Amino acid sequence: MNDAHEPRITAFVCNWCTYTGADLAGTSRLHMASNVRIIRLPCTGRIDPLFVIKAFERGADGVIVSGCHPADCHYTAGNYHARRRFAVFHDLMDFMGVDQRRITFSWVSASEGAKWRDVVNEAVSKAREIGPFTAYRALNDHNVSADHFDWVDELAAAGGGTGCLGEDAAAKAAARPARTAAAAAEGGDA
Amino acid sequence: MQELRELAAQLLRDGAVDVVVGWEDSPRGARPIFAVTPEDAGKLIFDTRCLHDLATYLNPRRKQVVDLGKLALVIKGCDAKAVAGLLREAQLTRDRVVLIGVRCGGVCEDSMAPAPVELTPETVAPRCHGCDNREPRLVDHLVGEPRPEPPAPLLSLDERVAALDGLTPEQRWEYWTAQFDKCVRCYACRQICPLCVCERCVADKSRPQWIETASHPRGNFSWNVTRALHLAGRCVGCGECERFCPAGIPLAVINRKLQQVVDERYDYRVADDPEVTTPIGDYRLDDQQEFIK
Repeated sequence: MNDAHEPRITAFVCNWCTYTGADLAGTSRLHMASNVRIIRLPCTGRIDPLFVIKAFERGADGVIVSGCHPADCHYTAGNYHARRRFAVFHDLMDFMGVDQRRITFSWVSASEGAKWRDVVNEAVSKAREIGPFTAYRALNDHNVSADHFDWVDELAAAGGGTGCLGEDAAAKAAARPARTAAAAAEGGDA
Repeated sequence: MQELRELAAQLLRDGAVDVVVGWEDSPRGARPIFAVTPEDAGKLIFDTRCLHDLATYLNPRRKQVVDLGKLALVIKGCDAKAVAGLLREAQLTRDRVVLIGVRCGGVCEDSMAPAPVELTPETVAPRCHGCDNREPRLVDHLVGEPRPEPPAPLLSLDERVAALDGLTPEQRWEYWTAQFDKCVRCYACRQICPLCVCERCVADKSRPQWIETASHPRGNFSWNVTRALHLAGRCVGCGECERFCPAGIPLAVINRKLQQVVDERYDYRVADDPEVTTPIGDYRLDDQQEFIK
């Protein structure tokens, strides 16, 4: 199944620039990957990071968020607000361990049909490169289980010294006897 | 301590406030007290066990506290930042509360200790490391002697963030999904947070349901990411969410990471000045956009 995998990409785009740019790409008959499903919104400022999470929940392998270039926002400042919000979201997703190649942010204006084609093609080729987002789908199957805890325990055990998670776990365990018992039980189950 | 008690008693006697919220000693360690008489005010304490962020009582979601009338609140530096957050976001009017700041030398992690805990690298709360507000400025009264800086903890929050940053994305994903899998969706993190002010949380909305309510890895991931994002640039790092989490999810590490992000990207550190705008909800024309094509 994997060798026939076609990535599914969800694109959240703003009505005024990127959607029109994508439209231009279509009317210009530009060839591009057909894996992208576009969701049109009034403005990048309307795109909640939860939309991206929801797309992944529903099986997207990649997400594109795109809107007007800075200074071009139809509502003056929506894209500036979105830029800050998505900068933080970008860094948080990285911290959570989501491969950065799965989320593409871009500015595509109404006249940039060719740029939209490139953004789409690149997002699709990156999604092909990293394969289906099975890690997120494992969440759907409640497949985050015992062996994952083993791994965390190993990290704790291997830690030692400074800058590890182990000491912290040990310190917490010492501070909270009740919770230690719970943690031990968890470890035992695993 | 005497200074604090006398001040509180005076405020109550003068009728300047209806209730003073602070800490008292109890058989189960330090705990919040709502003092309504000058005699009650005699029970007030402040020591290293007073780690609760009492600013959470000013959260407008707590209507029962609003009904008590005018409040005087005893606050540490971190609590003052939370009060500033509420003022900044128009969730509180300054005349509703009298702020009694206490000079703080750090707190421990165990509010239930029978006596004040001496701060050592083992006992000090990691969040106190590098505190820039041990003497709150957003106050009407400031009491207590200046206290020495707390010792560095065995493992600071920054070190924990760095440890995770040093892993591969796959390892981080495994770490966090395993952590979130423990989440029972009790929303204690939200309820205790002084700055989770929404009357109706997105997690409680069902039409459409953005965040699944079952305690299931999918909804848990969505919830924990959303909670963190909604506090980006607002979280004061009081650590109450992590302390209240019955599942032991290291929420303070996520909050700390986002503090680092807004600091690095927008040169923003949460302060107890209500006039400074938060980074999210504000913008600059020349903000970084290296992640955008």
